[in-house]
Amino acid sequence: MSVARPLPHDAAPLHVTGAARYVDDIPTPAGTLHLAFGTSAVAAGRILSMDLDAVRHAPGVVAVLTHADLPRDCDVSPAAHDEPLLADGVVHYVGQAVFLVIAESHLAARHAARLGRVEIEAGTPILTIDEALEAGSHFEGGPITWSRGDTEAALAGAPRRISGVMEIGGQEHFYLEGQAALAFPQEGGDMVVHSSSQHPTEIQHKVAHALGIPMHGVRVEVRRMGGGFGGKESQGNALAVACAVAARLTGRACKMRYDRDDDMVITGKRHDFRIAYDVGFDDEGQILGIEFTQYARCGWSQDLSLPVADRAMLHSDNAYRIPAMRIASHRLKTNTQSATAFRGFGGPQGMLGIERVMDHLAHETGLDGAEIRRRNFYAEAEAETKVGTGPGHGHKFGAAHSPKARYSERENITHYGMEVTDFILGGLTDQLLASSDYAVRRAAVEDWNAHNSILKRGIAYAPVKFGISFTLTHLNQAGALVHVYQDGSIHLNHGGTEMGQGLFQKVAQVAASRFGVDPALVRITATDTGKVPNTSATAASSGSDLNGMAAKAACDTIRDRMAECLAELHQARVEEVVFANGEVRIGTTTLPFAEAVQLCYFNRVSLSATGFYKTPDISWNRVAGRGRPFFYFAYGAAVTEVVIDTLTGENRILRADIVHDAGASLNPALDIGQVEGAYVQGAGWLTTEELVWDDAGRLRTHAPSTYKIPACSDRPDIFNVALWDGPNRAETIYRSKAVGEPPLMLGISAFLALSDACAACGSGYPDLDAPATPERVLAAVTRARQA
Amino acid sequence: MASLPVSTTINSDDVEYLCHADESLLDVLRDRLGLMGAKEGCGTGDCGACSVIMDGRVVCSCLVLGAEAEGRNIETIEGMADGNTLHPLQQKFIEHAALQCGICTPGFLMAAKALLDTNPDPSEEEIRFWLAGNLCRCTGYDKIVRAVADAAIVMREERA
Ligand code: FES
Ligand code: FES
Repeated sequence: MSVARPLPHDAAPLHVTGAARYVDDIPTPAGTLHLAFGTSAVAAGRILSMDLDAVRHAPGVVAVLTHADLPRDCDVSPAAHDEPLLADGVVHYVGQAVFLVIAESHLAARHAARLGRVEIEAGTPILTIDEALEAGSHFEGGPITWSRGDTEAALAGAPRRISGVMEIGGQEHFYLEGQAALAFPQEGGDMVVHSSSQHPTEIQHKVAHALGIPMHGVRVEVRRMGGGFGGKESQGNALAVACAVAARLTGRACKMRYDRDDDMVITGKRHDFRIAYDVGFDDEGQILGIEFTQYARCGWSQDLSLPVADRAMLHSDNAYRIPAMRIASHRLKTNTQSATAFRGFGGPQGMLGIERVMDHLAHETGLDGAEIRRRNFYAEAEAETKVGTGPGHGHKFGAAHSPKARYSERENITHYGMEVTDFILGGLTDQLLASSDYAVRRAAVEDWNAHNSILKRGIAYAPVKFGISFTLTHLNQAGALVHVYQDGSIHLNHGGTEMGQGLFQKVAQVAASRFGVDPALVRITATDTGKVPNTSATAASSGSDLNGMAAKAACDTIRDRMAECLAELHQARVEEVVFANGEVRIGTTTLPFAEAVQLCYFNRVSLSATGFYKTPDISWNRVAGRGRPFFYFAYGAAVTEVVIDTLTGENRILRADIVHDAGASLNPALDIGQVEGAYVQGAGWLTTEELVWDDAGRLRTHAPSTYKIPACSDRPDIFNVALWDGPNRAETIYRSKAVGEPPLMLGISAFLALSDACAACGSGYPDLDAPATPERVLAAVTRARQA
Repeated sequence: MASLPVSTTINSDDVEYLCHADESLLDVLRDRLGLMGAKEGCGTGDCGACSVIMDGRVVCSCLVLGAEAEGRNIETIEGMADGNTLHPLQQKFIEHAALQCGICTPGFLMAAKALLDTNPDPSEEEIRFWLAGNLCRCTGYDKIVRAVADAAIVMREERA
């Protein structure tokens, strides 16, 4: 069977020869036009006048559009209808698109875009969390509060108590391929759009709206992205809409791609957060109650900030059973880029909040970090004895056979009221602490620190429990389309998009397994709104869970039709028809798959089918903060060791050990790749990746020269990654688990290790903020020493 | 703007083209010659996605002018395989799953080839620091380093 095999990425041979096409590589007809935005240099204000003559007369310019020239408002927001393509008289951040240049070449468009004179009556921008709080600048009118248990009483009655505040920086996606779109006008006013987007259906919707035509007039195709990470969930809308509007206007193909600096200045990033905590606990380090206040800087428009902030709240428990918790979440509207989806979608910030609490608690009690975390874990699910290994039917791991918590006297329920029935971090942690030699290395680190005053080491363990499903329940659906051709080759299409994660390969492996053929027979084609409609974004790690199931359903429909036909022809029972090893066995007869297909074709069997899947058993009331938002949880844990230079704050990751739960992996090679990449990206977020805005609201870190993502030389010297060996308890596709986002949060262990190293410098708690740049490490060292 | 005639060698072929004086080699490769393997990741010499080899040295083609290619010998990703036979580095990148979205891959392969052409037996440290000018946002680099080290072994054996 082809599932569970470590096959290479389906496009790997194209990638290594440079033949893989991204949007900017698609051949374009002669006369293709190129677009660029003229942007606001002011963070907040009213547009008084625009002098665009110089732009219009610049070489190569074909047309220049402002808001007034657009056919309609051309909204490009994902939900709230609050993002006009071009500023409608008011500007909200530095980098906001104000006018659109259409020119003969990319460079001509960009040069001309710099020549606009836009006179703006500047207002007072709201840039920081404090300014937003002072101005009462909230989305949803004010903070959202969820609570479970009597937090006040728990805090008041707790034997011990700590509190603190942590600043958590944002993160630029830095997908290596910038945003790009290409529109081809069609007959009758229709439009074909190629977009580097995780959400083709939304592009279709937005383009149709902008052109004033039904969605059937727009076809969106996405073959691949050069990285997405959430940054291409909504942020590609503007380019696609601009291209479509310009293509309609000029009748020519139109292409737009952001240059790197424009991309970083214009598009949204991970939300930066401030998290305040007040914790009551006992002498054993058991948490009795927590009060969290989360402040998220959302930027100028709503974008996806509400579900992002929700997910931060949903992950405020991480792996810990906390009897009483109250969370207030402030979604602050500021005059900055509109913060957006980024791998983890708020989960990382929420999780870092509680991990910071654990770190502080360990420091306060003198307990080892791994030990104190374990004391607070949710109860472990019973060892699974009968978890199946079949393809799965998509039912949840039902209550009837739900594993009983080992400690039945303890309620195993999250702060949003969902029972945790699949907790495996106890066993997973045992394995990791043993394989990473944690105890011995912790002693060695302490020994090193006792004998070295300049270079200090730190080591830290951190677990991850991440909820899988879109919290907006209706998004948990997917479709697929499968054709089997007369020669036995298989064409597979589904709603998921490929951004490097290997989704296409995984789903192809599922399809090949259903037909019992070699995956090479399966061709997965570009995501296309004309083939599979009404798709959800490839996001929330859901790609293979949803699309794998949908593809399975489509394949099974065709397989069943074939089995019925073949059984009848050979006078066998349908159950006697077996698809395996590239053959179809019908009772005593065996046919090569292609021959069986041909036979079915001659007998007029439909060899094309759609498949559909919706995640069962989830329900969520986001206002009340109650329900079962997740189908299951994905788990993982990491131990990281670092060294810091206490004179400069410079630091390095020396070693990282990871055990991550991908269920019964559909493809271990791809999954380990996801884990490694996510860890490094997560560690980057919390160490070197610093976004800096100046007092005028200008992003000063808008290129790789000033914004530092991890490079090859930053990778840990020793990097051991293993997959946890155990199937998903929920009935997912072949019992696998989603793996896109969860491992990002393993990077938190790198941050905690830095905190540990800082703490080795004195007796005070270092209060390290993120990202832990050398400056912040140095400040934390100072704080540790001063106490 | 006046166009300059340029004669150069690209992947062992003699090539002539016209380009503007301010046009980068990256734009010439992509827009004039249809060689789409080199990618623009930043346009400022910081990401390595546009890496090509010029006279044996790896360069960021976004920082080289098209006109500077005059009389040079340029290697791009399109010329790396020998017909249908992949270069050992290409083979090892596939085997080690050293790519995800793949947009950085041509640049890494070019940089790695330039390294192994001059230093057939690099230490892991040397590989890591040599490739530090190539950014990858997807893989976390581990598999890339392993693929390069493994390809070096194969190439040494082939030579021996
Ligand atoms: S595009 Fe040339 S180095 Fe980034
Ligand atoms: S594989 Fe995506 S940037 Fe390297």
